[in-house]
Amino acid sequence: MTPPSGETVLRLADITVRFGPVTANEGVSLTLRRGEVVALLGENGAGKTTLMNVLFGLYAADEGTVELFGQPLPPGNPRAALEAGVGMVHQHFALAENLTVLDNITLGTRSLWSPGAGRRAARAKVEGLATEYGLRVDPDATVASLGVGQRQRVEILKALYRDARILILDEPTAVLTPQESLDLFATLRKAVAKGLSILFISHKLHEVEAVSDRVVVLRQGRVVAEAATADTTRTEMARLMVGAEIATPEPRPALPGAARVTLRDVSTPARGTATGLRGVSMSLRAGLITGLVGVSGNGQSALAGLLAGLERPSAGEMEIRGAPSGPWTPRAAIAAGIGRIPEDRHGSGTVGDFDLAENAMLELYARPPFSRGGWIDRKAARAWAERVIDRYDVRCPGPEAPIRLLSGGNMQKLILGRVMETSPEVILANQPVRGLDIGALTYVHEQLLAARDRGAAVLLISEDLDEVISLSDVIHAISEGRLSPPFARGTMTPAELGEWMTGARFDDAA
Amino acid sequence: MRLEPIPAPSLARRLGLPAFALILTALVAMGLVALAGAAPGEVAWLVLKGAAGSQFALLETLNRATPLIFTGLAVAVAFRAKLWNIGAEAQLYLGAVATVVLGTGLLDWPPAVLLPVLAVAAMAAGALALLVPTFLKTRFGVDEVVTTLLLNFVALLFVSYLLEGPLKDPMGLGWPKSPPLIDEARLPRLVEGLRLHWGFGLALIAAALVWVIQTRTIWGFEIRAVGLNAEAARFAGMPVNAVLVRTAILSGGLAALAGFSEVAGAKGALTLDLSPGFGYTGIIVAMLALLHPLGVVVAAIFVAGIFVGADSMSRAAGVPSFIADILLASALLAMVLALGLTRLRIRR
Repeated sequence: MTPPSGETVLRLADITVRFGPVTANEGVSLTLRRGEVVALLGENGAGKTTLMNVLFGLYAADEGTVELFGQPLPPGNPRAALEAGVGMVHQHFALAENLTVLDNITLGTRSLWSPGAGRRAARAKVEGLATEYGLRVDPDATVASLGVGQRQRVEILKALYRDARILILDEPTAVLTPQESLDLFATLRKAVAKGLSILFISHKLHEVEAVSDRVVVLRQGRVVAEAATADTTRTEMARLMVGAEIATPEPRPALPGAARVTLRDVSTPARGTATGLRGVSMSLRAGLITGLVGVSGNGQSALAGLLAGLERPSAGEMEIRGAPSGPWTPRAAIAAGIGRIPEDRHGSGTVGDFDLAENAMLELYARPPFSRGGWIDRKAARAWAERVIDRYDVRCPGPEAPIRLLSGGNMQKLILGRVMETSPEVILANQPVRGLDIGALTYVHEQLLAARDRGAAVLLISEDLDEVISLSDVIHAISEGRLSPPFARGTMTPAELGEWMTGARFDDAA
Repeated sequence: MRLEPIPAPSLARRLGLPAFALILTALVAMGLVALAGAAPGEVAWLVLKGAAGSQFALLETLNRATPLIFTGLAVAVAFRAKLWNIGAEAQLYLGAVATVVLGTGLLDWPPAVLLPVLAVAAMAAGALALLVPTFLKTRFGVDEVVTTLLLNFVALLFVSYLLEGPLKDPMGLGWPKSPPLIDEARLPRLVEGLRLHWGFGLALIAAALVWVIQTRTIWGFEIRAVGLNAEAARFAGMPVNAVLVRTAILSGGLAALAGFSEVAGAKGALTLDLSPGFGYTGIIVAMLALLHPLGVVVAAIFVAGIFVGADSMSRAAGVPSFIADILLASALLAMVLALGLTRLRIRR
């Protein structure tokens, strides 16, 4: 793409944002011109989202100014940003599920006194925008009935409907299949051609390469590089983003053993909007990492819940080491030797106000040495926590500190440590590196590989296709609760897996 | 101006803000007293003297604190598990009913046997009163705030029916009052010659036991985990519903002991005015104590002191004793605000 030379529509100057002792952004400056796509590249925790929230007026910067179309933006006022023509698509959508697409798009723009007025005009405008930008979606469908990709289209339409001239997209592809990502890029190109400007936040290099004109790299809250995308390479961008060469763990050849967990035609009930499993058969073998890919919300939670003991099969059989699983609860799962790394470390992995010692024994408190005859042994808990902290490099003030003070990476290391130290035969790793910096991420991956080499059966669930492909010995794709056959390492391309993720290949097979 | 969370509030902050809240409350009360046309300094002195100025006053305060310790503990235990028991009043009355049913001659045993039996029976009745809402919560997701609150009125009407019917004292000259407990069913004095019954001793023991359970046992660990993060507790293999049921038994039982202690220790019979809202005041006590069982003892004595002191002051100074209610209400509000601010700071 040729770098456009339109007028500057957005100028961030020397933005500094502090949260207590943490500096999230330091002296960040950024400009965006008309008809330009700028990619903001950085690891998790580099300060990308903070910066965007400043731009959108959700946070007030401690220092620095935001200028939109030459006008200074009053800090801490999202409405001003909206009115100035900034549209933001968050990682987590802000849609009312029980309303229709049209209602969601027009929400907040219609007068309170005559809610019916202009409805026909609104519909015409939405339909016009949808055709113009290739954003296919039924305006009368309720949002609850839409998939994630379609919801994102609604969010973009919402911004366009409000005459946004600057679009901010925060990790837009995290929830999309490879095909849906391509559609999104096509839409973005159309938007740019019509004079919109786009800020595209991502940590995926190939996407940045595919869509952006210019790339700005953030590391630890500062701008470390800025370049025309055409003038740089992926390796260069990765190095700038991380600040060092990345050593990807080199998996040794797998030595598969016996099946530790076997599912035969297992179904689980749907929970609210979460899909259940539909006739899933698979086995987790000792010494293998089995990867699961899929667009989020397609039954991953149900499968993870099943292994964690939170879900029970409503049909089909589950066998642990060749024997029926029996009464299935989280406690039974732990007793059966399943180590669980939950998807949500704040919500289900830890009790924030408990200290590290209490969190380290959260799953083990009911047995010796942590308790005897109903009495808790604090000393044993402390010793255990110190061992986990020491061996798994948990950076913390000590075992008596509340765990909510820890960073996500250290919290995850504690969870990892408390799981690994019990030498589980099966490991459920659900989104184990979400939100972690590259150091913690590499560490977690190494630990999972080491566990595999010790003979554990590992199930790795992740929304990051690249992560699953690089670590897994066997991959399943999941779509609407159905599981693909197992594919051995290296037999499938991302695009082929993508077809399974969208469900297209299931219909072919049927 | 906005609020920012403080990840690790300092000790000075955690103790200073509640202290500030109490001072603020005192100032509010002083202002009201001045409005009523009395001298604030003198009234404060009268309240203090009425609450703790003599042996009689002090013992009166401790007697009044006894049921508040029980109901305060009941609320603190339940709130710790995020089981919102607003029904300590009902549990108190059911405990009192159990005591009266068994203690007015039905069981003719010596005190050493009868009193423990009455206490356990009272606890069972109170536990049952909280188990029903707890079951509705765990099974059907019915909000226990509503059910426990409404059961208070049901319990009061039930007691009213009993006192007009089956439990009415035939010698009571028509008053809605139960027959008196037999002597074997009365709690002895804690110290011979002092007007303080064993209910107070029992309350202190209960507070110590609850503290040990919460900090040293598996049960306490589970209760705290369920209260702080039920999802994580479930994920870690804790039987969340069973924990709630055990908490309900403990909480309901403690509240019922307030009824047992008031009937067997203080009043000797059941009337409709047995509790002037001890169940509700227990919520204030528990909140002031930050749900800490030993703090409950201190808070209960403080609250009882304000009531007793205000009663005595109003006789002497002619300021209505409602001032005590206002004082407690504003103390609670200030405390809740102070606790919220402990973890937040204001930033411009």
